[in-house]
Amino acid sequence: MLDLHQDYFALFGLPRAFAIDIERLEQAYLDLQGKVHPDRYAHLPDAEKRLSMQWATHVNEAFRTLKNPLTRGHYLLELRGVDPAFDTNTAMSAEFLMEQMEWREALGEAKDAADEDVLDELARRVRHSSKALVDELARQLDVANDLEGAADTVRRMKFLEKLQHEINDALTALES
Amino acid sequence: MALLQISEPGMSTAPHQHRLAVGIDLGTTNSLVATVRNGVTLCLQDEDGRTLLPSIVHYLPDGQIVVGRKAMATQAVDPRNTIVSVKRFMGRGLKDVAHVETMPYDFVDNAGMVRLRTVQGVKSPVEVSAEILKDLRLRAERSLGGELTGAVITVPAYFDEAQRQATKDAARLAGLNVLRLLNEPTAAAIAYGLENASEGIYAVYDLGGGTFDISILRLSRGVFEVVATSGDAALGGDDFDHRLFCWILDNAGISLPSDRDSRRMLMKAREVKERLTLDESVPIRMTLDSGDEIDLTIERDVFVDMTRPLVDKTLRPLKKALRDANLDPADVKGVVMVGGATRMPHVQKAVGEFFGAMPLTNLDPDTVVAIGAAMQANVLAGNRAGEDEWLLLDVIPLSLGIETMGGLAEKIIPRNSTIPTARAQEFTTFKDGQTAMAFHVVQGEREMIADCRSLARFELRGIPPMVAGAARIRVTFQVDADGLLSVTARETTTGVEARVEVKPSYGLADNEIAEMLQAGFEHARDDMERRGLKEQQVEATRVIEATEKALAVDGGLLSDAERADLDAAIAALRSAAEGREVRAIKIQLEAFNRASNEFASRRMDKSIREALAGHKIDEIRI
Repeated sequence: MLDLHQDYFALFGLPRAFAIDIERLEQAYLDLQGKVHPDRYAHLPDAEKRLSMQWATHVNEAFRTLKNPLTRGHYLLELRGVDPAFDTNTAMSAEFLMEQMEWREALGEAKDAADEDVLDELARRVRHSSKALVDELARQLDVANDLEGAADTVRRMKFLEKLQHEINDALTALES
Repeated sequence: MALLQISEPGMSTAPHQHRLAVGIDLGTTNSLVATVRNGVTLCLQDEDGRTLLPSIVHYLPDGQIVVGRKAMATQAVDPRNTIVSVKRFMGRGLKDVAHVETMPYDFVDNAGMVRLRTVQGVKSPVEVSAEILKDLRLRAERSLGGELTGAVITVPAYFDEAQRQATKDAARLAGLNVLRLLNEPTAAAIAYGLENASEGIYAVYDLGGGTFDISILRLSRGVFEVVATSGDAALGGDDFDHRLFCWILDNAGISLPSDRDSRRMLMKAREVKERLTLDESVPIRMTLDSGDEIDLTIERDVFVDMTRPLVDKTLRPLKKALRDANLDPADVKGVVMVGGATRMPHVQKAVGEFFGAMPLTNLDPDTVVAIGAAMQANVLAGNRAGEDEWLLLDVIPLSLGIETMGGLAEKIIPRNSTIPTARAQEFTTFKDGQTAMAFHVVQGEREMIADCRSLARFELRGIPPMVAGAARIRVTFQVDADGLLSVTARETTTGVEARVEVKPSYGLADNEIAEMLQAGFEHARDDMERRGLKEQQVEATRVIEATEKALAVDGGLLSDAERADLDAAIAALRSAAEGREVRAIKIQLEAFNRASNEFASRRMDKSIREALAGHKIDEIRI
């Protein structure tokens, strides 16, 4: 019996690894939604409507998790029994924390000055750093099997994602 | 063919089994109903051959209710009892509504949704909208010659939970089976995309009478995927009218017009706005009830200048949607213009300048939403052949969250999440021995609860006393394909559960709906009873037909004993449906649903395996 508890990689027929073929993921996602989406079941009995909603929800969640490198990395760590512990584990290198502080300071100043260009530049730099972390995570998970290191990278990525959101919010606030 | 056999057992191409399904665009200014007939999508006409129904409802002292063009004619005579642009009040409190001071209504400011006092008593915007929907339902039934299986009703993409729920309630009141609430820009994208076989990134710019939406979609091989949506649920053509109305007041030196004069001047403002689309200058002449004479002329440039802030206001959500989608204006292949207000040349110009390309205006901006909704209704009713079905993936426009300590909103489901979706979050008790926990569900992007829209409050009781922090309370948000939310909270160590269908604070309570339905019954009890029986019979027949088709294909998935049980349930349902007992049919329907659960889930499995067959099946743990 297929069930809602099998892992997301298996659901999409992908090997369980950080490096994935995004196009294949997208195609498998669309093929699956094509079968389970509630629009296909709107005229059928309630039992089938309910199942369809459960499955479509599950497939959306699985796709969202695997598409984004941060959530994919986090998910792989969980599958391997490692909890990145975002809330409790804040032990990071002094260097990384310094950089974070600098960026947060720059964000605060740009917000106060309402400087869109500085915010854009900051967003670009954060994106660049995130990309480097994604490469690092791929090496740690798929090559070196360095789970502790990978957990640290995932925590850093979480920091950057938060920063990225704050920059976006600041940009949106500037426009309104 | 595989899809046809496995996923669509209830479908038939036989013409006599065509199910009557419609798409309804419930607009601020005008409403329409469309359907697919013999493979052609068309807007249905009223007895005078008109497709647009003005969204105006007139309550008369003798109990009559007049909807549409005739109500439009009397709006200046009896403004208090003639409700226009009621969509602006859906799911809204009085303080949320702009320009109340210039509106000629007798508002009732109660705790929930704003109400209007009319000669026929206090009316909720849901009831007023239901009158419009009822008019369209009757038009469709007359025109198609039968009762409707269901309807797709469109809503602005940026409508929040309360506004969506209000729309669904209105449809229920109007006696419509809602197949789906569909976002207006998405409906337009279906109509446009299918007509033009478009591929790539498209934006839909939808400026209606009272709402503005922007949706960014990816169109590829029959898939319509909304990647981001944004908008302003209180910005539309009405606001342009209002600017012009204020300009007329200023320039004519009138300070406090009567209700009737206000309404006439607003109508005049709309007429002048429309004429300015073609003419460079338009004269404004009228004599008011007060005796004041207005004799003015307005140049288009003046109108453009005074409404520029409104046009600029639409560009902000546009930028936000693009940023959410991680796209630049140049990535967008085409911009589809929807809504009558996009006829204004300076709106088209601003959008063109933003994207660096002229927007697409080859579809009728008034009808494209209803057309797309009708196409979707046809699919949802099961009338399409399997091979040419498309897939629609839509998103929620606003983040959903919960209040945490200190009046902060914690987001559970972020905006632009593809629906249906579900997310869970764990909370714990903060006092020793705490046995209850209160939850406050909110919608919006801001950090402070006070800046978000309050959707619902509920409590989980019966938590066994434990030390602070020991209880594990899992709160699950589920958003269905209509974009509607339900929330459950569960203490996971003991399984104590609280469940709420989110009835927004600004919505109508279930008992209010029941009362309104009851009031309807009293007017025509026999008719409603007959209708109720008919509905159950149709439902029973539909379910039996669908299941028999499924059994013909997938009967092998059941053992002989299971098959016999299901056959017995079908027989029992069929015999109940031949009788005239509504309750008996309902009971058998429920029994049937229980009996068919297992079969449904095996068929779902089979269907999913089919989808994966093209991929690496050997890697799937089964």
